[in-house]
Amino acid sequence: MTLLELEDVTASYGPVQVLEGVSLSVPEGGAFGILGANGAGKTTTLRAISATVRTGGRIVFDGKDIRGLRPDQVAALGIAHVPEGRGTFGDLTVRDNLRVGAYLRKDRKGVDQDIDYCLDLFPNLQERITSNASALSGGEQQMLAVGRAIMSKPRLMLLDEASLGLAPSTAKNVYDAIRRLRTESGIAMLVVEQNANLALNLVDGATVLETGRSVLTGTSAELKGMDEIRRAYLGG
Amino acid sequence: MGTFIQLVVDGLSTGSVYAAIALAIVLVHQATGLINFAQGGMAVLAAYFAWWLTNQGLPLIVAILLSIVFSFALGAVVERWLMRRFERGDPDTAVVATIGLLTLITGIAGWLWTYNNQQFPSLFPLDTVSFLGVSVSIRSIGTTAVIVVAMILLQALFVGTKLGLALRAVAINPQSAAFSGLPVGRLLMVGWGLAAVLGAVAGALVAPQLTLTPGMLDNALVYALAAVILGGLTSPVGVVVAAWIIGVLENLAAVYVPFIGYDLKVAVPFILLFVVLIVRPQGLFGRKTVVRV
Repeated sequence: MTLLELEDVTASYGPVQVLEGVSLSVPEGGAFGILGANGAGKTTTLRAISATVRTGGRIVFDGKDIRGLRPDQVAALGIAHVPEGRGTFGDLTVRDNLRVGAYLRKDRKGVDQDIDYCLDLFPNLQERITSNASALSGGEQQMLAVGRAIMSKPRLMLLDEASLGLAPSTAKNVYDAIRRLRTESGIAMLVVEQNANLALNLVDGATVLETGRSVLTGTSAELKGMDEIRRAYLGG
Repeated sequence: MGTFIQLVVDGLSTGSVYAAIALAIVLVHQATGLINFAQGGMAVLAAYFAWWLTNQGLPLIVAILLSIVFSFALGAVVERWLMRRFERGDPDTAVVATIGLLTLITGIAGWLWTYNNQQFPSLFPLDTVSFLGVSVSIRSIGTTAVIVVAMILLQALFVGTKLGLALRAVAINPQSAAFSGLPVGRLLMVGWGLAAVLGAVAGALVAPQLTLTPGMLDNALVYALAAVILGGLTSPVGVVVAAWIIGVLENLAAVYVPFIGYDLKVAVPFILLFVVLIVRPQGLFGRKTVVRV
């Protein structure tokens, strides 16, 4: 069953139109990638879903058009956005960051269990649990950002450039953990990534954006090693 | 020695009033990144409301408590229907809007209750108590105590409750907060409401001494801003300490430095302020903010 469906979605920052018509769908429990060069509109597609940019077209989540909601209302439906640049709360401790993620939940026990789950998934955070987020390394902050999203018990996670600015080995660790999360939790994922290899090892299928439009959509197996992918990234 | 201690206690008491307004300013600044110049004006409005209630025959303490509730609503309303319109724009515009609000509130208060001084009853008896052989005014001790308790409650709210955690999260990163489902708008209203409550407490405590006028807290606002700069915009504890330092120094300088006296004591905090801005612009306790380009 389709969980999220984007139909001909447009988006603009003021007078500048960034998305010219993006369509994609994410099945329940599935993972879908958005690939493309810088400025192609990947991040804006995620922002369109989480209502932080003005949009046109149709964005249907769980059978309901969610355009026009506020970002916090979108989050309350079960969509957790892990933004580009991580967006952790620098002056809050790691534990408090996780607790903010669980703000809408009332099940105290479940929250404690999920904090333990996050620490098991990202053992680095265990040692830093009382540190302020601003004192963490880039990789640890990325883990914390994903952890905060887990804490809201989402049905869909929007992951924006989780590898950005990380050493290759750290990026691989982060993606290994996200893959484990996917199999263990069944959370559906929409993944924006400039590192196509990392993304295609996580998702089932992906679409390639060029100047705000989907130019190619396929399964991960089809897309791996395709010329268009290389062209989209290298501009060749 | 007796005079000295009396002066220090009185200084702490006026300093506490500056501290409450300064804390309110810091609270709003942390949540929204702007300085609310109308903070004192809103407190005056609350004091007038309490005064009007006492004139209707309500006991003083009830009137003050009701004015605190009124202030919370006033702060929330100002955030929702005035400041939110400036949220995404230039912060300077928003600050000018708060100055406009101060003028508006002063005008409304003057129009409703005239610019004449009104007698505001004191919450504390005007007696003195003997403490280690020194007589100290009960009002000064009471004022300081109430503000200290208010600050402890505020700290407990921020550190010990889920609401406090949410308020801190929204102040640090409103977008991430919204992504976690926090109702950012409503939490900002609560933040402004709490700031207004602090102001109302300060207003009710200082009104008996200054007598109630629409411009009653204009001076206190300036001192509070001095405390905010001195203590550092990012440090609530620093701001309170700075406000006490200002209150005490102002009093001591008036008596012990003949050159300054009562006429020039107004200048003391500002001399301090200039020195701090030159030597340590982030304030005594503040952190340097790194601006990313």
